[in-house]
Amino acid sequence: MSEENVEMLSVSVWRGDGEVGRYQDYEVPRQESQTVLDVVTYIQRHIDPNLSYRFACRVGVCGSCAMTVNGRPRWTCRTHVSKVVEDGKLTVAPLKNLEVIKDLSVDMTDFFDKWAKAEGSFKGDKTRHDDFAEISPTDRKRKAASAGIECIGCGVCYAACDLVAWNKDYLGPAALNRAWTLVNDVRDTNDKTRLKAVAGDAGCHACHSQQGCVESCVKHLSPTASIAGLKRATAWAALKGGLK
Amino acid sequence: MTPQTTPQMSPDDNLDIQSTHQSETILWLAQRISAMVLAVCILVHLGTIIYAVQGGLSAAEIIGRVGGSEAWLAFYVTFVLAITVHAPIGLRAILNEMTKLSRKRVDLLCFIGAVMLAYLGLKVAIRFYNLGVVS
Repeated sequence: MSEENVEMLSVSVWRGDGEVGRYQDYEVPRQESQTVLDVVTYIQRHIDPNLSYRFACRVGVCGSCAMTVNGRPRWTCRTHVSKVVEDGKLTVAPLKNLEVIKDLSVDMTDFFDKWAKAEGSFKGDKTRHDDFAEISPTDRKRKAASAGIECIGCGVCYAACDLVAWNKDYLGPAALNRAWTLVNDVRDTNDKTRLKAVAGDAGCHACHSQQGCVESCVKHLSPTASIAGLKRATAWAALKGGLK
Repeated sequence: MTPQTTPQMSPDDNLDIQSTHQSETILWLAQRISAMVLAVCILVHLGTIIYAVQGGLSAAEIIGRVGGSEAWLAFYVTFVLAITVHAPIGLRAILNEMTKLSRKRVDLLCFIGAVMLAYLGLKVAIRFYNLGVVS
C-alpha cells in the first residue's frame, strides 16, 4: 500500500496537567491488530516526543498503561483500536479520579495508599522453619480468595467508580478486593485490624453495588462481590463487638 | 519525588474512627434487617390494599378490618418501626454523600425524621386500633 493510501486514524489526546490542558488532535496510520497503546506510542515516537504516558510490559501483566479511551477506562495495551474506535476517531485521556501529572500520566499515590489503609498486606505468624500451610483447592475460603487474587492494580476500577469521585476517602474497589482476598487467606493473622479498616462509610459500606468496577475490570474480577463479602464479614464482626 | 507523609492522628481521632467503624456497620446491618422486614410488610400491605379496594374503600371498612385487632396492630407497629429504622439510615447516607452538611447535622436531621416517622406512624396504628375497640 502506498503512503497516500494508508488509512488514518483521528486521535484526540489530552495534553496538560489536571488543572490546565486541552485535547490535541493527531493523525495516526492504522495498522493491523493495532492497540491503543501502539497509537499513543506512535504519537510520541513519530509526532510529538513531549507526550507523557506510562507503560511497562505491553502484554497485560503490569497494569501500568490504563487510560480513558473514548470515555471509558481501559488497559490500552490489550485494547484493540478496532474494538473501540468510533467513526474513525479515538479520544485518549488520563484515568479519572486520580491527579494528572502530565498528559496521560496520573499520580497513583492515592490509589496505592488506600491499599495500605485497607490493610492490604499479608501478615502471617509462621517462619521459614514451619511447614507449608495445607489448603485444599476446594476450600470455600480458598475459592473466595482465588476469585479476586488476579488483580493487577491497574486502577481501571478506581477510575470507573462513582463513589471514588464523590467521596475522596472511599478506599475503592481494588483495595477492598485485596482486603477480601486476605480475609479469606487462612494463613493471615491480621483480620481484626483489617475488618476495622474496611468497615464504615469510607470502606465497604459506602459501596452502592453499581458494579462499574465489575464492568470495567480488565481481569474480569468482581470487586462488588468481594465488597459484599466484606459487608457480611464486618457485620458478623460488629455483632461480636470486634470493630470497637 | 516528594517524600510521602502519613497524616498524624491524635489518640482521640483514633477512638472516633474505631467507634465509627462499629456504629456504621451496626447501622448498615440494621438497615438490611429492617429491609427484610419491610419486604414482607409491604407485600402484606399491598396484598391487603388490592383485596380491600375490590368493593370500594371507606374509613368504616378499614376500621372494621383492622380496628380492635391485636394482630393488625402488631403488624402495623412492626411496619412503622421497620420504616423508622430503615428510612432515616438511607436518607443519612444520601445526605452525607450528596450534600455538604456536617455529619453531626445530618445525624440530627435523620434522628428528628426517625422520631417523627415513629410518632406519626404509631399514632395512626394505635388510633385505628382504638376506633375498632370503641365501635
